Amino acid sequence: MFSGFMVNAWVVASVVAVVAGVVGFFVVLRGSAFVAHAIPNGAFAGAAGAVLIGVDTLVGLAVFSLLGALVIGVLGRRGRHDAVTALALVTMLGLGALFLSLSSEYEPAVYSLLFGEVLGISSNELAPTASLAAVCVLVVALLYRPLMLSSVFAEAGQARGIDPWRMEIVFLFVVALATTMTVPVVGTFLVFSLMIGAPAAARSFTAKPALALWLSVALALATVWAAIALSYTTDYPIGFFVGSIGAALYALGRVWAAPRRRLDVDGAVTSGTQPPSHPPERHTILT
Amino acid sequence: MSHFLAPVFETGFFDSDAVRTAVIVGAVVALLSGGLGVFTVMRRQSFAAEALGDVDTTGGSGAFLVGAGPLWGFLASGVLAAGAMELVGIQRTRGRDLATGIVLAAALGLAALFLYFDTTVHDTTGAAQTVLFGSIFTITGSTIPLVAVLAFVVVAIMLVIHRPLLLSTVSPEIATARGVPVRLLGVAYLLALAFAVALCALTIGSILSTALLVGPAAAALRVSKRPGRAILAAALLGAASMWLGIVLAYDSYYWPPKGTGWPVSFFVVTIVFVIYLLSGVPGWRERRRARGGRG
Repeated sequence: MFSGFMVNAWVVASVVAVVAGVVGFFVVLRGSAFVAHAIPNGAFAGAAGAVLIGVDTLVGLAVFSLLGALVIGVLGRRGRHDAVTALALVTMLGLGALFLSLSSEYEPAVYSLLFGEVLGISSNELAPTASLAAVCVLVVALLYRPLMLSSVFAEAGQARGIDPWRMEIVFLFVVALATTMTVPVVGTFLVFSLMIGAPAAARSFTAKPALALWLSVALALATVWAAIALSYTTDYPIGFFVGSIGAALYALGRVWAAPRRRLDVDGAVTSGTQPPSHPPERHTILT
Repeated sequence: MSHFLAPVFETGFFDSDAVRTAVIVGAVVALLSGGLGVFTVMRRQSFAAEALGDVDTTGGSGAFLVGAGPLWGFLASGVLAAGAMELVGIQRTRGRDLATGIVLAAALGLAALFLYFDTTVHDTTGAAQTVLFGSIFTITGSTIPLVAVLAFVVVAIMLVIHRPLLLSTVSPEIATARGVPVRLLGVAYLLALAFAVALCALTIGSILSTALLVGPAAAALRVSKRPGRAILAAALLGAASMWLGIVLAYDSYYWPPKGTGWPVSFFVVTIVFVIYLLSGVPGWRERRRARGGRG
């Protein structure tokens, strides 16, 4: 399990998990689950197009995920954000369907793009993945405080001169970069599972933002490692394990948080900016 | 057929059974989902619609596994997922996307497993493609009754609930104060959505099904703020995109590079997106005029 080609798989998957844990934490915090679903799925078209014209898959992924982020950001500024996200997503997917039908590679190529092929990672994917990961983490580290503030309290951020829309664009680009490096490993569908499951669980376990971020990374790593090991021994697709483990973690988090949450509501921990019907998870993050 | 239409409709378009079925089923599905989609967009549940579509991937691939028709799989998984989303908490705006996302993530994992079995154990090549991107030309005439029944159920549900649903969509507080069962309405609506998404998945594929629901509706709502008109406009726009997509896809068998035809889903989705972009033009010109002619 740890010999030869598998070493690459372990290393690359770990890098991917760290980035998914970091970026996913902000995805969950900002409530942008839909965007985190749309960009990777749209990027699928890029990969399919790259196969069609014979360039590196990574290039296609990067172009389409950045393009998707831009379309969602620009059109979503004025229109209905979720409808625009859905439209951008399906348009790119439609292109993907076209590219696939035009190229000669079919079923296996589709399958591995959608559901990933972590066990087939070659060593020359190591460098691009690592450098993209470094960029992602660096951008998040540089923008940590303003991003956190504008994610949790957009109004307070605006009062301090943080343009929420500009922050959104930057954030979309980070998601796009993370997507580019993650898709070849776990597939377009499962990028999303990795970005949502572990961070959502982490936030149920702790209300402290910094701690939740670390926990999110740790859980994402645990998810990926367990998924690789299980996938290696059972031969089942890794996506299945990533998805199920993520959902199981989240369920655990909900169960763990349930009694405490009820306490919070009884203790009336509500801030003036939110209606009382909101779940308290949003404000306990700052207390 | 008349001569001047010859460049538009390639030979055999009107004689083919597959095309006829596609045109009928496509129209029913597009009218239905266009109208229903207005509620989806107004309730900001595009993600739920998208998730239901993706979850249908699981059902569709599962149906292939047991040898049932994909529509049954779409239906079963859609209804199950709608129930799960409701349970995990879709009724709150905050955290709703997260609940949707978790259900979606789990379901996609299962889809991966089912497709893996489809391709390795059962050797059903093309399963992934049919489920994911649809294949309207392979729908058999015998599916039409089932499609009609489902469409009828959706229309019946919406006829019963559309007025209170509209109120609870626009203002949940007033609806609650008037004793409207907001949550029950939400469930009924989600069920109708699951049915409609299953029908969309049958025609343009599970991961593209949102296009017909959200696209025409979002475009219609940009042009008209009145729900009744928007529903009508969305239904017509949806049907128009669908038919145009079918015609183009049929014609594309004679297009480069291979003469195998371009996918219907691609055309439908692209047309829908263009319609959405165009729908912004009137509003944009009004805003420009309001600001004194210069952007």
